[in-house]
Amino acid sequence: MFKYLFARSEDIPEGSAAVYFGFSAITWFVIGTGLGAFNAAKLAFPDFVTGLEFVSFGHMRQVHVHAVIFGWISMAFAMAMMYMTPALGNTKLWSEKLGIWNAFLWNVGLSLGLTLLWSGMTSGREYSDFPWFIDLYIATFMTIPLGINVWMTVIHRKTQGIYTTNWFFASAVFMVSIVFIVGNLPEWFHLTGLTEAYLTWWFAHNVLGLWITPVAAAIAYYTIPKVTGNPLYSHRIGHLHFWSVVVFYSTPAAHHLMSAPLPEWLKSFASVEGVLILVPAVAFVSNILLTMQGKWNMFVENLEIRFTVTGCLMAIPLNMQGGFQQTRAINWYIHGTGWIVAHAHLALLGFSTFLEAAAVYLGLQTLMKRKLYSLTLGNLHFWFLLIGFTTYWVSMTIAGLIQGAGKIYEVPYIDVVMAEHPYMIARWIGGSLVFTGNCFWLYNMWMTARAGTVIPEGRMAHELAYER
Amino acid sequence: MVNFREYKIGARFFGLALGGSMTITLFMPSFDLRNVNATEMALDKQLWAGHESGFSLDDPFLTGEHRPVRVTLKVDPKTGQPMAPTVAYVYPAGTPLPNGVDHPDNLGNIVEQLSRDKGRIGEATKSQGAVFLLSSEPQGDGSKQFYIENASATKGWNPEEVMKAAGDENTYHASYGKSIFVREGCWWCHTLLPEETQDWQVFGAPPMLGDFNGESPTAFGSDRKAPDILHVGSRNSSREWMMLHFFNPRLVQPHSIMPRFDYLWGPVDDKGQKIDFDKWRAEYNEYVDGKRVTPPEVPMYASNSDARALIDFVLSLK
Ligand code: HEM
Ligand code: HEM
Repeated sequence: MFKYLFARSEDIPEGSAAVYFGFSAITWFVIGTGLGAFNAAKLAFPDFVTGLEFVSFGHMRQVHVHAVIFGWISMAFAMAMMYMTPALGNTKLWSEKLGIWNAFLWNVGLSLGLTLLWSGMTSGREYSDFPWFIDLYIATFMTIPLGINVWMTVIHRKTQGIYTTNWFFASAVFMVSIVFIVGNLPEWFHLTGLTEAYLTWWFAHNVLGLWITPVAAAIAYYTIPKVTGNPLYSHRIGHLHFWSVVVFYSTPAAHHLMSAPLPEWLKSFASVEGVLILVPAVAFVSNILLTMQGKWNMFVENLEIRFTVTGCLMAIPLNMQGGFQQTRAINWYIHGTGWIVAHAHLALLGFSTFLEAAAVYLGLQTLMKRKLYSLTLGNLHFWFLLIGFTTYWVSMTIAGLIQGAGKIYEVPYIDVVMAEHPYMIARWIGGSLVFTGNCFWLYNMWMTARAGTVIPEGRMAHELAYER
Repeated sequence: MVNFREYKIGARFFGLALGGSMTITLFMPSFDLRNVNATEMALDKQLWAGHESGFSLDDPFLTGEHRPVRVTLKVDPKTGQPMAPTVAYVYPAGTPLPNGVDHPDNLGNIVEQLSRDKGRIGEATKSQGAVFLLSSEPQGDGSKQFYIENASATKGWNPEEVMKAAGDENTYHASYGKSIFVREGCWWCHTLLPEETQDWQVFGAPPMLGDFNGESPTAFGSDRKAPDILHVGSRNSSREWMMLHFFNPRLVQPHSIMPRFDYLWGPVDDKGQKIDFDKWRAEYNEYVDGKRVTPPEVPMYASNSDARALIDFVLSLK
């Protein structure tokens, strides 16, 4: 890949940037979940590797979160954009070279940022933990170049209209850049106090709502019709989904701070808007599931469809949970408990990861024109992820309910810690399964590149039989 | 390239939607948040915590450089005469000034007025350093209005004299300690925000609107796995307990899942002797296995160690 950094754009094979992003994403996924499992072990067994500053929980937690959000999720998104946007515009990526540089600088910046975070150099603001110069780097060398490539590809498309997936991609890359710049205002201008706290969550909320959620959904809008061959059930519902994400998901940031002394009107407003996020959620899930009509056999038979549909199904409990947990009636019980950690992983390790994994499987096979090396490893990956995640989610939800009860009945905190212990162990086991599954995946994809069956021109990967 | 009228309309609606949502979620709350007067708690906190506790160019690695200290004076730094214990916040030359002094409009109208006129905060400079006091003025209704007083201007106190008059045992490196709190990620488990709906009994009063002016970062925390510590200094003010607890939490609470922070002691103890961590851990393991009756002695931290600063910080959380 590095040899293309200085090649002429025309000399770079089509799809190189996407492949580069794809493999980087998987690698970060392995690293990120490895760190997650390590952190989980530390919460279960506090004396597991102790007495060293750089392996202490407080130094590693944010490294896990940023490795998975900016390494895995966002690079998988970039991969999907570099591959789907041109495919849907019946054209080539605007600039392969920009794409390659983008992926290269992304890896460099992220490695640097994570190293600094790891060393303890942090802004102390959750989700915007990176010091401001790294944020500036992310906006300048990561999100904005990605945005330019996506926008220019959409503008130079050879189709008349723009397909749903591309509206989402184009608007999300724009929104995430804005969110980065506005959400870091406290660091640019040293804003303090509640303004700082609120903007911290404004940033976190909008990265989730205007970047992760819409892009993950957009990916499914491509994967399902492409692999099943069914047309999207309804473009109208797609419109509803798009506009309700922009309008409703951009507003409820304050629901992350329901117990902070923010203005009451703001909290009530956020709470109402948060329930309205069910509109895009229902629109999305129904649109995808209805597109599956007549092709449900593929849910069993086809790996990409299985991943995507599982992810969509997880969006149902995720958004139901989200909508209810942020009302005042419920939030006071579960705020700040393991319940929220479970919700966060249902969102990112469940819903969004499953959709992206499908896109990376599909994209890498298509671009490299190689059939997946081993179905067995693919299946193992799926089940390790699903079982590992479910173990995680169930155990943390229970732990969260225990914590909530302990909180309102004013149980001495140490009793809560003791009651949570078995669930902490369960989470660690679940996390280790996820990590193991991802190691299989990296190997499988590597072998696909080297030894996968070549896909003949004009065919799709899933039309070929597996050889292993 | 084909352009549809629909896309032009769509783009405008998109701008309208996003702009509208930013107006409601950013612009409108700024009116509520702007004119809040800083409370006593906020003034105290921003004076001891200083300009910034997270990453900043003044202290990029969060090692406690360029930090103010909080001291309790028992003698007058000018005359040497005994006086009623007085808390002062000392900013040695080169220390970035607290937010309310840098940007007095963040204090809220009333506090800003008093701090400027009576407190003369406008005269404080980073290059010369300053000593601040948390002063108050009685109000008509019997309450007190707090403001920042620049004692370097009003009383002629200079930072070195004040530090000398206070002595090391009356000095709290709470600002340095807050950076350790941020750097070591204590806030991933310990929240700094008792919740409004419950928590009153156990963790103390939830903070109010004006309680954070000038603080950065607020480090509320979102995933509580340990007690809230916004008011911990009022519940437990024992240095001894804190020292054992940071070195190895399981010395005082066998079921705790808090990590050991023994590495914050640094290489040497208070007498400059090298700390033998391996020996300590081996002996501790023997104690855990029942081969020893008592755990090994915890070394006393050096007065310039991270551990000292962290304990000073925790004890300042009243
Ligand atoms: C109807 C939809 C949703 C609503 C109303 C909602 C609401 C909330 C609320 C209120 C919290 C904070 C709870 C607390 O701390 O008390 C939260 C946390 C979180 N949500 Fe959602 N959520 C929804 C869907 C999603 C989706 C789709 C994603 C991502 C794809 C997501 C990701 C997260 C994450 C990562 C957190 C953890 C934040 C933290 O660190 O505290 N949520 N959600
Ligand atoms: C091997 C699987 C994983 C394990 C064992 C794991 C473990 C953990 C642990 C222990 C925490 C700290 C929770 C706390 O502070 O209470 C955490 C936080 C977090 N992880 Fe993971 N994780 C895994 C995978 C992932 C993945 C794949 C993602 C996203 C794609 C992710 C996103 C997050 C986020 C957003 C948080 C912050 C949650 C919050 O603040 O509420 N994790 N994870």
